[in-house]
Amino acid sequence: MTQTTNAKPDGSTASRSRVLRGPGGTALRLEPRALVAGLLLAAVALVMAIVLIGTGDFEIAPWDVVRTLLGEGSPADDFIVNDLRLPRVLVAVLVGAALGMAGAVFQSVSRNPLGSPDLLGFSYGSAVGALAVITLFQGGSAAVAAGAVAGGLLTGAAVYLVAYRQGIHGYRLVLVGIGASAMLLALIQYLLTKAKLVDATRAMVWLTGSLAGRDWSQVWPLLATCAVVFPLVLGQGRALRMMEMGDDAAYALGVGVERTRMLLMAAAIVLTTAASAAAGPISFVALAAPQLARRLTRSSGPNLLAGALMGSVLLLVSDWASQRAFGADQLPVGVVTGLVGGVYLLWLLVSERKAGRI
Amino acid sequence: MSAAPVVASRARQGARAVGLLAALAVLAAVAVASIAVGARQMPLDQVWHGLFHYAGTPGDVVVRDLRVPRTLLGVLVGLGLGLSGAVMQALTRNPLAEPGILGVNAGAAAAVVSAISFLGASTLGEFVWWAFLGAGVVSVVVYVLGGSRSATPVRLALAGTAASAALVGYINSVQLMDSKALDKLRFWTVGSLASANMDTVRQVAPFLLVGAVMAFSLGRPLNAMAMGDDTARALGANLTWTRIGAMAAITLLCGAATAACGPITFIGLMVPHLVRLITGPDMRWVLAYSAVLSPVLLLGADVIGRVVTRPAELQVGIVTALVGGPVFIYLVRRKRMAQL
Repeated sequence: MTQTTNAKPDGSTASRSRVLRGPGGTALRLEPRALVAGLLLAAVALVMAIVLIGTGDFEIAPWDVVRTLLGEGSPADDFIVNDLRLPRVLVAVLVGAALGMAGAVFQSVSRNPLGSPDLLGFSYGSAVGALAVITLFQGGSAAVAAGAVAGGLLTGAAVYLVAYRQGIHGYRLVLVGIGASAMLLALIQYLLTKAKLVDATRAMVWLTGSLAGRDWSQVWPLLATCAVVFPLVLGQGRALRMMEMGDDAAYALGVGVERTRMLLMAAAIVLTTAASAAAGPISFVALAAPQLARRLTRSSGPNLLAGALMGSVLLLVSDWASQRAFGADQLPVGVVTGLVGGVYLLWLLVSERKAGRI
Repeated sequence: MSAAPVVASRARQGARAVGLLAALAVLAAVAVASIAVGARQMPLDQVWHGLFHYAGTPGDVVVRDLRVPRTLLGVLVGLGLGLSGAVMQALTRNPLAEPGILGVNAGAAAAVVSAISFLGASTLGEFVWWAFLGAGVVSVVVYVLGGSRSATPVRLALAGTAASAALVGYINSVQLMDSKALDKLRFWTVGSLASANMDTVRQVAPFLLVGAVMAFSLGRPLNAMAMGDDTARALGANLTWTRIGAMAAITLLCGAATAACGPITFIGLMVPHLVRLITGPDMRWVLAYSAVLSPVLLLGADVIGRVVTRPAELQVGIVTALVGGPVFIYLVRRKRMAQL
């Protein structure tokens, strides 16, 4: 086994990658910085999850949380941790990861840092489905989740079909999605005016995106979806990286461009929809997470795994911040992510100006 | 040099002027329909009676105090949205520019929502100023985020959508914390002409008319700018002042329209495109036709909204979005867009 190092001529270590070559032409590229950043993010996510489990009306010390999770806690702690807070935190982790990965896929496919599934109408599609169930049928939470899934998948299929014209192009997909989201927003507002105030308030909480009161029945479907879709998307990561060089170059390198794109977008839509069904359309995680991850790893390519980890961290930190700042379950987590999103947009504004692109 | 092109262009000018008169006639017809159609149908002689021989009968009152202000407001708001869309598309050289898509409406809405919830604003006179502030700030932010002069349509549209998403999130959370505000706001944020009265018309009319005059006076420099910054400068257009003037006009027109009846999308997008099919690219004609045809579209949408779910109403903002979305998507799918 031989080892080669690709360093920039100026000796900077930022984008240095090592290539491990095995027998028979197999090769594995290692980017130490990306690896360290990924491990760091995973560690932060784990620590935040433990802190978040301990946060609430009944505070539990982190050490006790760990002991309880290992099955050695007191019965009271055991109930609070395993039945009440663990499912909520797991939903946060999974929703954040799903949104982060879906955002990374969409930004890579549309070749635009602002192309994210929540701006392209898919979350709005879920919202219309969920709101229809809430305001027209006063359905329970399972029915609302089902409505969200149906709405999101229908919207995804419709946008894809309308944008399809001898293949999908990033810009056309983005613009069709924007048109669709404006129409869906009108439908949402129509449903809100039709609703009684009680239903309208409930709908508003759903629309903002909340983690309050999530239990194991939300965790399992989400976990199953992620378990199927994550490996699928990660398996296409290499093709996606080549597609960033342009369709023609990717085609020449042996990537089935159209098929890959369809598969990846379908996967991203499924992830977004599953996340919306579990926690509502939480905004801006899908937009910000991949970009933040990319800046942390300084790696080229779509940063799928790092984006997913960053999504989890963002959502956990937002949930923790909303509970710390406003008290337990006073404000849904979507408010905090919305604020984070606003700050992110401003930061984008400033950094673009610094880079002289404005 | 030769007389033939001049004659041809004269003939074209004449045709455009006739077309404009026809458009005005259509506007008059739609305005009459808007006065006549509603939860209670008014026969035409009743409309005539209410307008010109007011005698205080219930029919007269409905015509003069409800339907006429609503129609006038529809005309004014339609004019504001259409002109601002036309100016915006010329300024950004972007066929997809529109106050709704670029987040300007959302900016005005967010400012008004904050004013209602935090400062206790309750009258339209207060809303207007907040709406101006929000519209102005957001139009500059989106223009800069979208890359200003190097902006592509896609970048600009995405920047606007991202800004709208942030603002809608903000509006939602304000409504969430304040359920009384939610009850008031959920009707305002739809975009509706239903609450129109003469006071509303009087309060927003000056702003819209000033904005309209500014927009019309920008016709020539915007024509020059369509040929690129360098050519425009060579032709004697002052780019900086044109940009500032156009931004101010957009802010006045959009801000006042949004303050009066909530955010209404897609009028500003659709009408200039339809108009360019008729008039060609000359901004002076595009502006004139937009000013006439946008109210036609808005009033038409309002009348449709009153008819389809009678005796309840579908708010005009919903009708325009549901009609405008497909038009937007059609524009995006057209082949010429592929080169953008």
